[in-house]
Amino acid sequence: MSDLIKLPAATLGAMLSDGSVSAVEVTRAHLDHIDAVDADIHAFLHVARQSALDTAAAVDARRGAGEELGPLAGVPIAIKDVLATRDMPTTSGSKILEGWIPPYDATVVARLRAADLVPLGKTNMDEFAMGSSTEHSAYGPTRNPWDLERIPGGSGGGSAAAVSAFEAPLALGSDTGGSIRQPAAVTGSVGVKPTYGGVSRYGAIALASSLDQVGPVSRTVLDSALLHDVIGGYDPLDSTSLTSAWPSMAAAAQAGLADGALAGMRVGVVKELNGAGFQAGVTQRFEETLALLSAAGAEIVEVSAPNFEYAVAAYYLILPAEASSNLARFDSVRFGIRVNPEDGPLTSERVMAATREAGFGPEVKRRIILGTYALSAGYYDAYYGSAQKVRTLIQRDFDAAFESVDVLVSPSAPTTAFRFGEKLADPMAMYLNDITTIPANLAGVPGMGLPMGLAPEDGLPTGLQVMAPAGEDARLYTFGAALEQLLEASWGGPLLSQAPVLTPTEMFASEEGAV
Amino acid sequence: MAKARLMDLDKALELYEPVLGFEVHVELNTKTKMFCGCANEFGQGANTNTCPTCLGLPGGLPQVNQQAIESSIRLGLALGCEIAEYSRFARKNYFYPDTAKNFQTSQYDEPIAFNGALTIELESGREVTIEIERAHMEDDAGKLTHKGGATGRIHGAEYSLVDYNRGGVPLVEIVTRMIEGGEADSPEIAKTYVASVREIVKALGVSNARMEEGNVRCDVNLSLRPRGSGQLGTRTETKNVNSLRSIERAVRYEIQRQAAVLEAGGTITQETRHWHEDTGMTSPGRPKSDADDYRYFPEPDLVPVAPSREWVEELRATLPEPPAARRKRLQAEWGFTALEFQDVVNSELLDLVEATIAAGASAPAARKWWTGEIARLANAQGVAADTLVAPAQVAALIELVDAGTLTDRLARQVLEGVIAGEGTPVEVVEKRGLAVVSDDTALIAAIDEALAAQPDVLAKIRDGKVQAAGAVIGAVMKAMKGQADAARVRELVLERSAG
Repeated sequence: MSDLIKLPAATLGAMLSDGSVSAVEVTRAHLDHIDAVDADIHAFLHVARQSALDTAAAVDARRGAGEELGPLAGVPIAIKDVLATRDMPTTSGSKILEGWIPPYDATVVARLRAADLVPLGKTNMDEFAMGSSTEHSAYGPTRNPWDLERIPGGSGGGSAAAVSAFEAPLALGSDTGGSIRQPAAVTGSVGVKPTYGGVSRYGAIALASSLDQVGPVSRTVLDSALLHDVIGGYDPLDSTSLTSAWPSMAAAAQAGLADGALAGMRVGVVKELNGAGFQAGVTQRFEETLALLSAAGAEIVEVSAPNFEYAVAAYYLILPAEASSNLARFDSVRFGIRVNPEDGPLTSERVMAATREAGFGPEVKRRIILGTYALSAGYYDAYYGSAQKVRTLIQRDFDAAFESVDVLVSPSAPTTAFRFGEKLADPMAMYLNDITTIPANLAGVPGMGLPMGLAPEDGLPTGLQVMAPAGEDARLYTFGAALEQLLEASWGGPLLSQAPVLTPTEMFASEEGAV
Repeated sequence: MAKARLMDLDKALELYEPVLGFEVHVELNTKTKMFCGCANEFGQGANTNTCPTCLGLPGGLPQVNQQAIESSIRLGLALGCEIAEYSRFARKNYFYPDTAKNFQTSQYDEPIAFNGALTIELESGREVTIEIERAHMEDDAGKLTHKGGATGRIHGAEYSLVDYNRGGVPLVEIVTRMIEGGEADSPEIAKTYVASVREIVKALGVSNARMEEGNVRCDVNLSLRPRGSGQLGTRTETKNVNSLRSIERAVRYEIQRQAAVLEAGGTITQETRHWHEDTGMTSPGRPKSDADDYRYFPEPDLVPVAPSREWVEELRATLPEPPAARRKRLQAEWGFTALEFQDVVNSELLDLVEATIAAGASAPAARKWWTGEIARLANAQGVAADTLVAPAQVAALIELVDAGTLTDRLARQVLEGVIAGEGTPVEVVEKRGLAVVSDDTALIAAIDEALAAQPDVLAKIRDGKVQAAGAVIGAVMKAMKGQADAARVRELVLERSAG
């Protein structure tokens, strides 16, 4: 195993820039490692071996010709399969899109290419991003690199597992109710859900349009910041994209590394997102983190967000409602698989029905039915209408909290990684796993997940969530980088250096590296 | 198709009061589609004006066309509507292959324009005010072609093709309130209302307004109320009636059909009905109930439209004179009789006559040329009058006649030359040498020659038989190849005969 794969993207970028390593070498090291471990991890649905090497070679050639390239030029990246890529299949984890290659790139993918990053492939996810474990992927689950018997979180389990298993230094994720932050928590990695409208959604296959946000996944706060700078900013193709000028997130992260960055910072602890229902080891690490912050000069304040208790209920009305409409286009007419009914006439309506019956998994069908019901005449006001009111109340809770604090913190998830199958039979238990992360999506505020140590009882990663007011993403990076530095000092190095070493499964590596 | 029983129209109107309502869809003539940058154009190869957004591909997102918003607001204002300070798009969810996203992006309870009114004038002079409930923005569906069946309809077809070039084209749907009291005028009200809307969108320049191309499409809601009953009847919605004449016919037909059903003790089914131009009948489509559930909800991919009051007032200032008011003004200014004016309007020559007058022609001459010779030539060639000749040329032609340079007969020849592309009227006169010969010397020479050739005629004239001069005048005109003013020739003939 090459040491190159252990390096953060920022370091790789610097080495590529000064010529101490080539993009082809870095890319090949990651592809080799994917070959070695991904048969076990199954983070990737598609590995673009040849195009990655070609892209890397082109970057090397341009650099060799003296061209000035960006800070991440030549750095490999994994892309969540929810994002349209014109040269790789894009399935959103669903059978209904099996083999579909879009005729266009998502805006964030186009920006990656423009910044000369090297796409390695597409990562696994719960079907249409519905789930917290990747168990709902139509292509089989991704395994947690810390314990192959456990889930890597979801829906972006593939991206989180890819970075925590050192298959890629960076990945893109999408977060509708925690799909970046919760996988980060259970895999010991970092992930950020930007302010709603901060990153373009054009080309991101929609789950719930008013909640979805694309964001960076990495092993360090600075790396996420560097990636955020590449993908963020106004996109005229996304009408909900904010026109504001954004500060450099990387500069904000660098500022967090300075002495005293945390001094005087007011840190709010959300009363409703702590305590009952949380695993003891998670609570313990959270308390220790607060103590560390306090010692660094931060002021810890308890705040109340009384309406957060309705967040999960409101979310599970708004999300299925929007999803039921967003997923209507999967009808076999223009793209994707087509399934004819076994008998009877071949009318378009019957072909659509047969395709959707065969192409969608059970969780997708469950949410389409829920959403269709919630939007139905006579129920709209009671369900969708009320949920929107709750959403406003939650936004007000955030506004009130941010009047007295700079950031809000909570554990990213109530528990460490659970075992496969543990919550599959109980959708409510699965849904409640996102109780901590959902409020940020409902309010559109940015949230970051970063490691806060291993739970003593199971030795698995726990995560801290940090939230800031809308538009203040830079504050997350300053705070996150400062805290990361303190925590790593207390651990004697990155948390992921404590992860078990994955042994290559030679038997399958050569055949199954690219699926 | 089974022929429905119809009741005599007069009898139907004796027994029932028709209640009308219209939904007119206006296709805007913006450069690009409602929610993406694809060209809003016809006549392209199937599915060429498409992109991930209007094809409903996974990941596609809408962006609002600002020009469409502007056109919608101007149309709303021209219909006397209030313009919403805050308006939202909504998704209308239903599965159909011509609808790429399987929802239409429309507006529901927050339309851009509402509470308007349009007063129309019938041929009898009766004025009817049509109340406009709302005008809202939405995107058009693609076009389905059914193949393999005998009729080209979906029934019996082997397969269907979808062309999404029209998918996403901007529409404004104008919905009226219920129109009561139309009585026997109902068919004419329907025709005149749609004609008025068409006139307005044309005057605003927001649509190409060609009904035959589907730029303006009308759905007619109609129900019958038994006289003296406070109860509204069940309505039908006749879809996509695409000419003014058909709208009038469809209303008449539905009144007669529904009356016959009710009179026979039957009930009207609430349904959409298809209009058949060839047979002049409607046939049942799909049942429609108020319980149709489109699961409307605010479109989360778009931000609300909140036009500032200043902008709305700026747009109001750009509105053209309302077509009805303009017609009244022009008729008075030009001094045309109602019949003369109607002739101009019905021949779609109003703009051309107005422009010709503006270019200096007298009103009667402008009318005479456009409704006469030019209309005749246009008809003969099967083209629109304005494609033959420009108003400025017609005005120039009239000026030459007024100046005595051309007789009407010569002017018709000059017009032919202009239409043939030989140049302006003045240029054609020169090239063809068509001007009236006003040089008396040349005329006198010809007259003297003619008199010398016909001494008997000369003798008759000298005897006071003035009518005998005709033979000489004819000979002179012939010699001058018609390019002489006959009256002047006559004067001169008499003068020379007196000799």
